[in-house]
Amino acid sequence: MNNLSYIALIPLLPLAGFVLLGLLGKKYFGKAAGIIGTLFLFISAALAFYTAYQYFSSGFNGVYQPVIAFKYTWLQFSENLSIDMGLYLDSISMMMIVVVTLISLMVHIYSLGYMKREERFSTYYAYLGLFTFSMLGLVLSSNIFQIYMFWELVGVSSYLLIGFYYDKPSAVAACKKAFIVTRFADLGFLIGILVLSYVSGSLDFNTMIQTLTQPESSTLKTAVASSFLGVSAVTWGGLLIFMGGAGKSAMFPLHIWLPDAMEGPTPVSALIHAATMVVAGVYLVARLFPIFAITTPVVLEVIGWVGAISAVIAAIIACTQTDIKRVLAYSTMSQIGFMMFALGVSKYGGEAGLGFTASMFHLFTHAMFKALLFLGAGAVIHYVHSNEMKDMGGLRKSMPITHITFLIACLAIAGFPFLSGFFSKEEILLAAYQHNAAIYWIALFTSGLTAFYMFRLYFSIFWNREHLAHSEIQTYKKSEGPFVMMLPLIILAIGAAAAGYIPFGKYVSTDGRPLESHFDLSFSILPVVLGIAGIVSAWIMYKKQNPLPDKLSSSFGALYKASYHKFYIDEIYLFITKKVIFNLIGRPAAWFDKNVVDGMVNLTGNATQWLSGRIKKFQSGKLQSYTLLYLMAAVVMAAIIIYVWK
Amino acid sequence: MNLLLLLCIPLITSLAILPVRSRAMVRWISLFGSVAQLAAAVFLFFAYNQERDTGNTAVVLFEDHFKFISNPEINFHFGVDGIAVAMILLTSFVLVAGVLVSWKIEKMTREFYFLLLLLALGAFGFFISLDLFVLFFFLEISVIPKYLLIGIWGSGKKEYAANKLALMLMGGSALILVGILLLYFNAGHTFDVLQLSHTNINGQLQKTVFPLLFIGFGVFTALFPFHTWVPDGHSSAPTAGSMFLAGISMKLGGYGCLRIATFLLPEGAREYANIIIILSAIAILYGAFATMMQKDLKYINAYSSVSHVGFSLLGIGMLTQTAFTGALLQMVSHGVMTALFFAVIGIIYDRTHTRQVNEMGGLMKLLPFTMTAFFIVGLCSLGLPGLSGFVAEMTVFVGSWENADAFHRIATIAACVSIVVTAVYILRAIGKVAMGPLFVNNITKGMESNSMKDATWNEKLALIILIGGILAIGIMPEWLNKLLKPSAEMIMNRFTGN
Repeated sequence: MNNLSYIALIPLLPLAGFVLLGLLGKKYFGKAAGIIGTLFLFISAALAFYTAYQYFSSGFNGVYQPVIAFKYTWLQFSENLSIDMGLYLDSISMMMIVVVTLISLMVHIYSLGYMKREERFSTYYAYLGLFTFSMLGLVLSSNIFQIYMFWELVGVSSYLLIGFYYDKPSAVAACKKAFIVTRFADLGFLIGILVLSYVSGSLDFNTMIQTLTQPESSTLKTAVASSFLGVSAVTWGGLLIFMGGAGKSAMFPLHIWLPDAMEGPTPVSALIHAATMVVAGVYLVARLFPIFAITTPVVLEVIGWVGAISAVIAAIIACTQTDIKRVLAYSTMSQIGFMMFALGVSKYGGEAGLGFTASMFHLFTHAMFKALLFLGAGAVIHYVHSNEMKDMGGLRKSMPITHITFLIACLAIAGFPFLSGFFSKEEILLAAYQHNAAIYWIALFTSGLTAFYMFRLYFSIFWNREHLAHSEIQTYKKSEGPFVMMLPLIILAIGAAAAGYIPFGKYVSTDGRPLESHFDLSFSILPVVLGIAGIVSAWIMYKKQNPLPDKLSSSFGALYKASYHKFYIDEIYLFITKKVIFNLIGRPAAWFDKNVVDGMVNLTGNATQWLSGRIKKFQSGKLQSYTLLYLMAAVVMAAIIIYVWK
Repeated sequence: MNLLLLLCIPLITSLAILPVRSRAMVRWISLFGSVAQLAAAVFLFFAYNQERDTGNTAVVLFEDHFKFISNPEINFHFGVDGIAVAMILLTSFVLVAGVLVSWKIEKMTREFYFLLLLLALGAFGFFISLDLFVLFFFLEISVIPKYLLIGIWGSGKKEYAANKLALMLMGGSALILVGILLLYFNAGHTFDVLQLSHTNINGQLQKTVFPLLFIGFGVFTALFPFHTWVPDGHSSAPTAGSMFLAGISMKLGGYGCLRIATFLLPEGAREYANIIIILSAIAILYGAFATMMQKDLKYINAYSSVSHVGFSLLGIGMLTQTAFTGALLQMVSHGVMTALFFAVIGIIYDRTHTRQVNEMGGLMKLLPFTMTAFFIVGLCSLGLPGLSGFVAEMTVFVGSWENADAFHRIATIAACVSIVVTAVYILRAIGKVAMGPLFVNNITKGMESNSMKDATWNEKLALIILIGGILAIGIMPEWLNKLLKPSAEMIMNRFTGN
């Protein structure tokens, strides 16, 4: 690997696509816009795969050293602090560019069919290009401010894509909500950057990690010593940065935007809100992992618990939702919870770093099967024109390809043996088992639930309500979708089935040294049995229409209701924003400005006018009064002068 | 480069249109003059950089002296540093855009353009002057046209707004004048900025004069609580008037606060720095929260200006070099951004005859070009990377964080909170105006909605010029940063005693 600057093309090609299609797309390209966008991305993906292949095949003695391929000072703040645009190559960024370009390419191809009737077809591809550029820039960042910049850019591309159907009020509300909630989290991220850059004296990842992980360094000692509310500066910094990550990755309690984000076109949900952008938070924690693991274990503990709680809450909610995209959204949140707590239970270096590897592994496999699930759901929605489970049923015959690929994805996410999800989830459970028993049991329970709600979804779509299959809406069409929509499903299904066989620990570990993963089949018995139990109970309840689900939901009563209403978290937020912020801060501020501050100004104006009205009377034209005034004034001024100058 | 050129072009142009009777001629002459001015400004930028690259480290470049009055000694002393060059570039950009968006003005076109050019002339003179008296003179030149622009071509309660604006700005000017005279009589009988900077001004005098100058200039740049002319002034002014007010006039104040008050009176600045920080932190948050409740687009931008300009003042109060640079970046960025915002609002108002956000919706369908500009300026306002606002705000934040005590930390965090509030009000406005189902209150009554045309060529050109400015700073900030930083360093040296 000599000349590495070509790597810059990987993010820049999608950007070029964005600029080209954004400026000229509508007028000159029309339906060709899709092909052009896809072509740009295809080249970018090819380069990404090539780069990753080069990187992983040339590890030095099996140890993968980070390489900075390119660096350019974008904005110099002060002597030490600057925002540099860099390309940082290490095992996790290489893995991420593969994931991002692969899924993005699949979505580009799929959208050729899915979005072809859209009026703003070229705009759609422009936005996809913008997103892919931002996401690639994010994962390749070498500077914490650079990652923040791309972080915001993925946020805005997500905003634009969620609000793609901009004349739908629900889409407008959803995109606004997504942006503002993540913005709130980013406030923490920003302050965290300020804290960490101040204590470490650098914005560069390498330097920052180096200064903050050497226990004997003096900067670290002062940073640990300086505390606020009894917590050291580094810990605050870590916590605040994690807040940013939690917002982007939809961790409890900042997850409320993700289900609403499903208002966007379904391929977008697959790309942004399932496989890539939402895992940015996990990636951020992984990127700064040495700091978390070595310097601030407290924060890592928090990360572990936030992940575990999110995983279980989301899984419970997913069991009761009826909109298939929302089920998938909660399942995404739950799976990201798995990745998060895997990081949380990990340590730095050697065998103890298993959680880190497992988390990245799960990120990789999850991207495959979750993108597949969303694209499959998109095909279903395309076919029945509804998001609701009650409008679906018995689709396995009319949509054979979708059915098979969806089944593979469901088995993978449920952790069915020898599919990809099985391997990554077993590793996560193993890591949790070794380091935190409480989280392990939560995770075990959640993975059982996962199997249940995924197969609830599967049976409700492809079995159950067979009569719907013969109804009018579903029979007049013959094809389940054009070839461009089926091809990505097939490719991703292969990935979802086979990705588990990659010896991941060999490539990705905390310290770049290969990690021996020894699998203990006896350990896997319990999770697999639980998973199968989940599948079987879903089979009993949802394979055919029967009164069992209703009975069960009424016997759970309050819990079912709370779960159906997503534990009322949205309502709590609404109360805080509408009642507290708008009525108690915004309205008084506006009132105060209009009446008090401006009132003072008007008062001054009126007083001057009143005064001038009085003064006017002095100019009466009477000589006597003029003389009198003149004399009085002279006396007063003389008095002042004598008093002041003595 | 001869700086007098920068005065001559607007002066000659404004005089040249006076005898012209044809409206079209007036427009084209004004456009020609302002483009020439822009060219001169760009040339100045390159000439300045070239001079610096050859190692010229003088405080100001391209100096010029002309005797004016010998007793008291008032001279035309001109010269520019990096800050002035940046401000001149900004002003000429806004000038061209302002001339372009006013193309459709039918009422007393000649007088309108004359006043616009006069206002710009005042600003250019202000930025190149190094003599406090002359500087004050140019400042006043720029006030009168505002009064007339609002009073004659304005809308709504324009008389009230014009009076309020003129009186408040005059009040500010009075404070500045007193400050200047106090300096003259007590510190070496000179109005010359450079000479004053070498004079040892005693601490007591500094502490007396600093608040006069800072509040005086502060009124121009909407220092809390002297900002109330901003909402009324902007909302009543014609589009170009608002653009000039926010894009140029407010920058005169910011420039004065930093380049004159803080530069000349470092001890005074140190004394009052904490008060400045408190006031600007209040302005940032309070302006943002007040914006949330506004329904009129111009009020939204006016209050958000109060909030954004707060970042400039905060940067000044922080007294670090990075924060100074940030304050200056924010002045330039806010100037372009807010001019663009007002231009967009003007175009919307022209089509819909309303500025109330809840009286329209879904305009993306009818006015895609204008709405795209609206999106861009909104995103710039909420600090999206790649657009100018981000660069400026982040520099202010990083610079502020260099002060390690709790007071500065809290003020900085309070300022950071505004990035969330800004997102709330910007996205609300965009969500209401550009997105959602298409509807316009007035149009359903009389006009056909498909009779609404997107921006015309002149409007498009104005938007493109300003968007270009935002992108030029946002994508490649280092050129502007390099221009401003040495000057910020020079001001900082007054504090560190180098």
